[in-house]
Amino acid sequence: MSTIASFGFWSFVGIVAGIYTLFALGVQVQFGFAGLLNFGQVAFMGIGAYTMAILVVKEDLNMWIAACCGVALAMLAGVLLGLPTLRLRADYFAITTIAFSEILRYVATNEDRLTGGSQGTINLAGIGRTSQYNSEWQSFLGKVERGLHIGGDAAMLILVWTVALLAVTAIWLMMKTPWGRVLKSIREDEEAVASLGKNVFSYKLQALVVGAALGAIAGLFYAWQFSFFSPDDFAPLLTFFAWMIVILGGLGRAWTVPVGAIVFGVIFAGTRFFDFAPFSLLDSTERAYVRLIVIGVVIIGLMLFRPQGIFGNRKEMVLE
Amino acid sequence: MFVQLLANGLVTGSVIALAAAGVSIVYGILRLVNFAYGDYMTFGAFMGILFNVKLDLPIVPAAMLAMAATAVLSVALELVLWRPLRAKSAGFMSLFLVSVGLALVLRHVIYLVAGPQPRTYAVNPYKVYVIGSARLSGAQGIAIVVATIGIVLVGLLIARTGVGRMMRALADDLPLAAIAGVRTGRVILAAWIVSGLLAGLAGVLAGLVQTSFDPQLGFSLLLPIFAAVVMGGIGSVYGALAGGLALGLAMELSTWPELAGGVNPTYKPVVAFAALVCVLLVRPQGLFGRARVV
Repeated sequence: MSTIASFGFWSFVGIVAGIYTLFALGVQVQFGFAGLLNFGQVAFMGIGAYTMAILVVKEDLNMWIAACCGVALAMLAGVLLGLPTLRLRADYFAITTIAFSEILRYVATNEDRLTGGSQGTINLAGIGRTSQYNSEWQSFLGKVERGLHIGGDAAMLILVWTVALLAVTAIWLMMKTPWGRVLKSIREDEEAVASLGKNVFSYKLQALVVGAALGAIAGLFYAWQFSFFSPDDFAPLLTFFAWMIVILGGLGRAWTVPVGAIVFGVIFAGTRFFDFAPFSLLDSTERAYVRLIVIGVVIIGLMLFRPQGIFGNRKEMVLE
Repeated sequence: MFVQLLANGLVTGSVIALAAAGVSIVYGILRLVNFAYGDYMTFGAFMGILFNVKLDLPIVPAAMLAMAATAVLSVALELVLWRPLRAKSAGFMSLFLVSVGLALVLRHVIYLVAGPQPRTYAVNPYKVYVIGSARLSGAQGIAIVVATIGIVLVGLLIARTGVGRMMRALADDLPLAAIAGVRTGRVILAAWIVSGLLAGLAGVLAGLVQTSFDPQLGFSLLLPIFAAVVMGGIGSVYGALAGGLALGLAMELSTWPELAGGVNPTYKPVVAFAALVCVLLVRPQGLFGRARVV
């Protein structure tokens, strides 16, 4: 059976889209609702994944507790990032957050003893000892497979999307509360909100931390799905993918994020099937370049012709 | 050892300073954080390879042709991309994301055309300049001299020439400058030309200093460059020049062993960001930026 028709391939695309949904939902909360230009979202993903893996391998901790620690640590990192930077102007904040994610990536690459260094988690337990952090996850996945009488890919697909849709619903409900309305009004006019006696800084910090938690959960699923990761998996490119998903779907709405993630996943995977001329002349590395060129062109085209995204509400939010 | 690090710091710093000035000139006028700037530099560096290695020209004319080619790219993109976007009154975020997309396109087109293999300029690798106790390779020597000339020229252009004055006027208040009779379209083109020339120059110099490079060259320098721009105060050209030099020096000098053992050299980029965060904590508007409400 050709790849384009195989369930295994498309369920992989679906799993990745689910992980991206969680990841990009964090950006939607931070930017789409609170107006924060966080370009370091990938750092929270890395913190979640690495904390879980390190605690499981080195401290022999129960994986679920380790996963909770990962989310908690990412939220703490969100507070630590926000305290000095949230008072900066938007453009400065954007660049400092990229710097934050890059600093963490450099540290993860260089502190071999803590993270396994550039070789990634395979090196976590030290040289010569292959390490595994996901045996508990595999046995849990096995239970789900047997319980539902489905294959491993399908089980993962269901788990990722259950969590992703729960998160989307939770954020959608949160936006209907007074908390959500204050957040949106901060995006529109900070001063006006401050004049009503709301603590703008604290609300922004909360938005950043909620986004950080979502990023960390995405990181956990990323770690479980791929069973291995290295610092290079958390390069700034991933943050830009999240931004593209949010803008593709539409800004300022929770349910547009999964739509954006699926469209993005299909574009990203679809470029694998460029096997007609002139692309058939290229080898697989060259087609990987073409894929990123296509993504770049889509970002530019979107900004030129439909800056509010597929389902964005032009009245509520146009990219300024 | 200290003098050697100082010399290395000046080399790194002057390359970052030139590129940061190029980012800052355009930012000041158009409020465009050009994330593709690193890839403009890569384009320049590979044009340098084309003229220097493929067409066998000496490095200096090759670098000049590479600068001209990058300026042409820069102007072409203004005409087909940035100007239409401004006509649609695209805001800060749209422009930034377009530049992210453009960065992906440029970098991978370069990968596609030139391939991922490392490249080296045809300069004598055994030539060494000895100044006091510092030893500079031929490439570093060229880089530091050319970069100094470049920095002085940019400073003079902004401070003394009519175009420079108009650029500063536009950066201050674009509508007001337009009312006063400045032909804004032309000045914006001039800014893109200067920005492109600087990208080409910084790209070739970065390639020279690193001895061998691949299409990641510019992007790998982009974050220290942005750090320099922010540190100097976004939009301030002098600030960007000073910020670049300061960061280059901070990055190299932090590895000095007598400074508490020195920092592991792989942490040099982290030092740049740490310096940036420290500056922003004290002066949120950057070293030379004016506090203003946006």
